[in-house]
Amino acid sequence: MALAAASDHIAQVQAGAERRFLLTRQLLSGPAMIVVGVFGVLPLTIMLIYSFLVPATYGGVEWEFTFENYIGFLFQRDIFDDTLHFVPDYLQIYFRTFLLAAFTTVASLIIGFPTAYFMATRPPRQRNFWVFLITLPFWTNLLIRTYAIQLIIRDEGLVNDVLRWLGAIDQPLHILYTNFAIMLGLLYSFLPFMVLPLYTSLEKLDFRLVEAGFDLYATRGKVLRRIVIPLAKPGIIAGCILVFIPALGAYVTPLILGGGKQHMIGSLIAVQFGTSRNWPFGCALAFILMAVVLLALLVYVRSTTGKSKVVHG
Amino acid sequence: MAEQALSASPAADRASRRPGRRFDLKRQPGFGAVAVTCIAVLYAPILIVVGFAFNESRSVTRWSSFSLEWFEKVLANDDIHNAAKNTLLIASCATIIATIIATAAALATTRSRAWRGQTTVYTLINLPLVVPEIVTAVATASFFGLLAVLAGISLGIGNLILTHSVFCIPFAYLPIRARLEDMDLTLEQAAADLYATPWQAFRRVTLPLLTPGISSGAALAFIISFDDFTITQLVAGAGQTTLPLYIWGQLHKVGVTPEVNAISAILLVISILFVTLSFLVGRRR
Repeated sequence: MALAAASDHIAQVQAGAERRFLLTRQLLSGPAMIVVGVFGVLPLTIMLIYSFLVPATYGGVEWEFTFENYIGFLFQRDIFDDTLHFVPDYLQIYFRTFLLAAFTTVASLIIGFPTAYFMATRPPRQRNFWVFLITLPFWTNLLIRTYAIQLIIRDEGLVNDVLRWLGAIDQPLHILYTNFAIMLGLLYSFLPFMVLPLYTSLEKLDFRLVEAGFDLYATRGKVLRRIVIPLAKPGIIAGCILVFIPALGAYVTPLILGGGKQHMIGSLIAVQFGTSRNWPFGCALAFILMAVVLLALLVYVRSTTGKSKVVHG
Repeated sequence: MAEQALSASPAADRASRRPGRRFDLKRQPGFGAVAVTCIAVLYAPILIVVGFAFNESRSVTRWSSFSLEWFEKVLANDDIHNAAKNTLLIASCATIIATIIATAAALATTRSRAWRGQTTVYTLINLPLVVPEIVTAVATASFFGLLAVLAGISLGIGNLILTHSVFCIPFAYLPIRARLEDMDLTLEQAAADLYATPWQAFRRVTLPLLTPGISSGAALAFIISFDDFTITQLVAGAGQTTLPLYIWGQLHKVGVTPEVNAISAILLVISILFVTLSFLVGRRR
């Protein structure tokens, strides 16, 4: 009997400790949940609701349910007979954004991989400094960095001055306000996002495997292609996702380097909240963008969980 | 250790076959050049903006002579004063709110066995990192628009402070969490053994050890708020100009001017100082 009472008591104490454990943790994370819930998640829900409403004349919404904003993404309604005509304008902007983001990702991989490899093969003491050098620009103002690119590539900018001085051109090259300018801007903004995950996976690379490759008479190129790159694959995938996603949602870059003429999804959305005063359509466009981003993330999560089971495939 | 082991056997053997130069396993031709170019290209635009802020002529791309004229003009400009006040007010408040919330959340989500709901907390905190900035901007603008229409509530600059707090939380959270995970649990257990209450143990043992992580996170949160443009632009009401908004206004209406370079240079230097500080403090043992 006494034994049962004692174990009962122990169970009670344990249950009490367990309750206290959970309570402290819930109390500690409570403020984060409330602030992010109310000012982060709730707004996203409202955005989704707004995307099914009718725009009011001077911004804002009328509370009337409609699918028109999503239909308007692909079609235009004829004013007279109400028939729908397929208009690919918005789809084209989404497609262009996709292409720009994809090109940016590939370009940053081509530049980022050698950089990350070089960083990872420095003596350990120097590595931290290299990581610091690569991350520092990320923390400076994106607007100012993009403006700096504009300064350099505009008609009377440094690039044209140098080319003219070299005698390569007579007339300035019009780089600013083109797709190429936007791509340069995106590449410049998001390159650190590629280098860091690559560095992380290359730093862990077991160089005994590289040595084994050389022992088996592989050339440097072959070692790189058959050993280093396959082992760095998780870093490559992570880097590509980390560049591709923010490039899809880029707003500042097309705003400054596209000059309001070359739209990307981000600047198109902002226009709906600015001069076009069509909030619901802006919300619909933003929701479509977010759906695409979540899809990309899902593909990423799938690919990493699938890979981790196969070691050194 | 590993490197010694490497240079020992076959590589050394190969080195003896090639007189003069040791065979370097890790070298890949041209990679160093790409890395150095990469760093140069990353920093060149920043240096050009800062450099031309000191240019005497109105041209922002052709150098004439050294001058502090544009900085004097910037410092005497009332619009810039107001923008700077707003920016500092928003960034300071958002940093304090975000850092306190992030510290509490980091304590809740580290160094214990997993509990139900922990993943939800983690996902929520990092949500701002996943959602594109423009989507957050549009959603928050709609939210405050609705709040104003439905309830007539407008917190003025408080809108911006709360919005900034949300996206600053993950930047404050990550360094604090990293610090907590590196920390030795036995120190707190020792405090508990010596009859410290949980609060005393936290106040006298955990918090002092956690301070570098907290300062590092706070510095990052401050910079993220300080530099934000996209979300601020869509959420800000009339008269709520911050420095990045002021810069954009100038670029948009007036075009490229040396004044813009001068404010930009100041902002860049502030960012770089804060991040360097965060980096140095965060590394302290």
